[in-house]
Amino acid sequence: MPKELLKGNVAMAEAAVRAGVEAYFGYPITPQTELLEWMSERLPALGRTFLQAESEVAAINMLYGAACTGARVMTSSSSPGISLMMEGLSYIAGTEVPVVLIDVMRGGPGLGNIAPSQGDYNQIVHGGGHGDYHPIVLAPSSIQEAIDFTVLAFDLAEKYRTIAFVIADGNIGQMMEPAELPPMRPLRTEYPEWAVRGAMGREHHFLSSIYIDPKDEEVTNYRLMQVWNRIQANEVRYREYYIEDAELVVVGFGTAGRISLSAVRNARAQGLKVGLFRPITLSPYPFKELEEISQHAKKILVVEMNSGQMLEDVQRAVKGRIPVEFYGRMGGMVPFPDEVLAEILRIQQEEIPLDGDPRQRWMERFAPIINWKN
Amino acid sequence: MVTTATPVQVVYKRPASLSDTPTHYCPGCTHGIAHRLIAEVMDEMNIRERAIGVAPVGCSVFAYNYFTCDFVEAAHGRAPAMATGIKRVLPDRVVFTYQGDGDMASIGMSEIVHAAGRGENITVIFINNAIYGMTGGQMAPTSLPGQKTTSSPTGRDVESMGFPMKMAELLSQLEGAGYVVRRSLHDPKNIRMAKKAIRLAFETQIRGLGFSMVELLSTCNTNWGVSVLEAMQYLKDHMLPVYPIGDYKVSPALENLRV
Amino acid sequence: MPVKGWIEVDERYCKGCELCISECPQNVLALDLDHLTPKGYHPVMLKMEGCTGCGICAIMCPEAALTVYREVPQKAAQAVQPSGG
Repeated sequence: MPKELLKGNVAMAEAAVRAGVEAYFGYPITPQTELLEWMSERLPALGRTFLQAESEVAAINMLYGAACTGARVMTSSSSPGISLMMEGLSYIAGTEVPVVLIDVMRGGPGLGNIAPSQGDYNQIVHGGGHGDYHPIVLAPSSIQEAIDFTVLAFDLAEKYRTIAFVIADGNIGQMMEPAELPPMRPLRTEYPEWAVRGAMGREHHFLSSIYIDPKDEEVTNYRLMQVWNRIQANEVRYREYYIEDAELVVVGFGTAGRISLSAVRNARAQGLKVGLFRPITLSPYPFKELEEISQHAKKILVVEMNSGQMLEDVQRAVKGRIPVEFYGRMGGMVPFPDEVLAEILRIQQEEIPLDGDPRQRWMERFAPIINWKN
Repeated sequence: MVTTATPVQVVYKRPASLSDTPTHYCPGCTHGIAHRLIAEVMDEMNIRERAIGVAPVGCSVFAYNYFTCDFVEAAHGRAPAMATGIKRVLPDRVVFTYQGDGDMASIGMSEIVHAAGRGENITVIFINNAIYGMTGGQMAPTSLPGQKTTSSPTGRDVESMGFPMKMAELLSQLEGAGYVVRRSLHDPKNIRMAKKAIRLAFETQIRGLGFSMVELLSTCNTNWGVSVLEAMQYLKDHMLPVYPIGDYKVSPALENLRV
Repeated sequence: MPVKGWIEVDERYCKGCELCISECPQNVLALDLDHLTPKGYHPVMLKMEGCTGCGICAIMCPEAALTVYREVPQKAAQAVQPSGG
């Protein structure tokens, strides 16, 4: 397929269509609404299911019902809407039915704003719904990746009967970039054995997340963890740039990773040994790979569009071997490459302590940037 | 001469759409009657194999154990949304939810109203027993004025706790509703009427006439703190005046249907 | 002569709730106080002659525990037999 100039939200929607999505349920919310709008036009024209739900709560439960039939299904939303979906996500995880979600993150907490953010890292990677479960989380940093990861999300969700997220931010959702869409896959004609589609010529069965005897629920939790172990062993994805001889490694995902890459290239042009590590799967997180990096590099800089939610996972991987610094913008603010470059230059020159809290150090440096007065 | 053996007729036997599993309901609970009626209708219409039920959260959370059709289990109040997802993907299946008053008229109010408003081709069996059963007898949105519950110990004061939710009346106002009626399970005549209504509700769905709901006035003798027979009397004396039995919305296309 | 009927009670299901007893038009049902079901309830039983097999007990039963039979009246049985039978 030739490259086309595509808007992120539309590209992800069309990628899902071509991946064979059979049903989409969603609710309008900026900055992902174009995705819903695209689906509203495309899916009925293809004889597939599109429904605008009355709320994100309803959308996720419609998705849950449709997923129980074994159909390829997805929804999309943005941060506050994802918060509303957490109840349903926990039920979906407990029922072990595959679903795909796209979260085009925006500034928060609360109503926040509609500007790009990465504030959903914790609610998606580290929890959200009640109980023990781990979704697969993919973070694109370009329109092409947004397309590719949307397709991949369906395959992974079904392979492991799990939740697969694509988390983009308002930047990825709203910007236009040349990218290549995949060919249209045929819709499936066979459905998994576990699907609830009517007890035609077979014993009736049901899908549920209820295991009223704690012994059974414990076994279910163990099974979920077994699946998670397989996912951790097989599905870690990341990109490395200029890592081989890098003394300072910048770690960032999605848009923050993309902006950091500009800064890293600029630093390289100045002769600095700087690289970028960009996690693609935020869950499972590339702990092992980061750990290896921390055995060769001298310093790490984590860049995020939040107050350091991934920072804690980086620290877990680095285990205090080398100093970690943090630079973040919050609430819908996006860092400029120059800001990241300035941090790179500073860290290259300064002695960074091994102990102490990188978030606290960043807050002190950051106060003048926002004209903070105590 | 004709044979001396007198021919025997089976007047009633357990419907095939009910599973062999004994229910967990308290003795005399009308959930069992409602289950039985749904199963009888599924047998009569021969729809068991293409029926998909959606169980709620509440006393009937285990409803899926008691039927021989496929089932899913919804989050509290979300059964109409889940049923919508199933029905939209599998429009030729017969999809029904089974919901209590807390599930539907409180936490699930949004989902039920919008399912009805969309004219979703699903059938809803709504059990109104004016109380939260599973959690042990708290006030429901359908609790009667003055009704004592564990969370309205001095009786439901409508000034501070609001008025009973009249779901049949409310949903009947929506254009998407094809069949919305209220029936009661307190005596044989009303149970027969309830069964006919469940039949018509499924017929509504099969004919694509929109959303269908049968509200069934029910008892909870355990949490009402009375005997099984007293509960039936209480329903008759106290619930019927607040929740009149009736046809609140019947699609004109159903008017000439005889079942 | 009235129609003769009878019931079978499936003791896996009967919980002795008495709804059938209260609605029996012939008043021929009672709890069997000498007997317990596996779940520990006194099940319903026919206490005397007079059941017509009307099925109202089964209409009331929340557990679908009852099977109701009745003898087809001779006249009706003959009426449905093929001629010359």
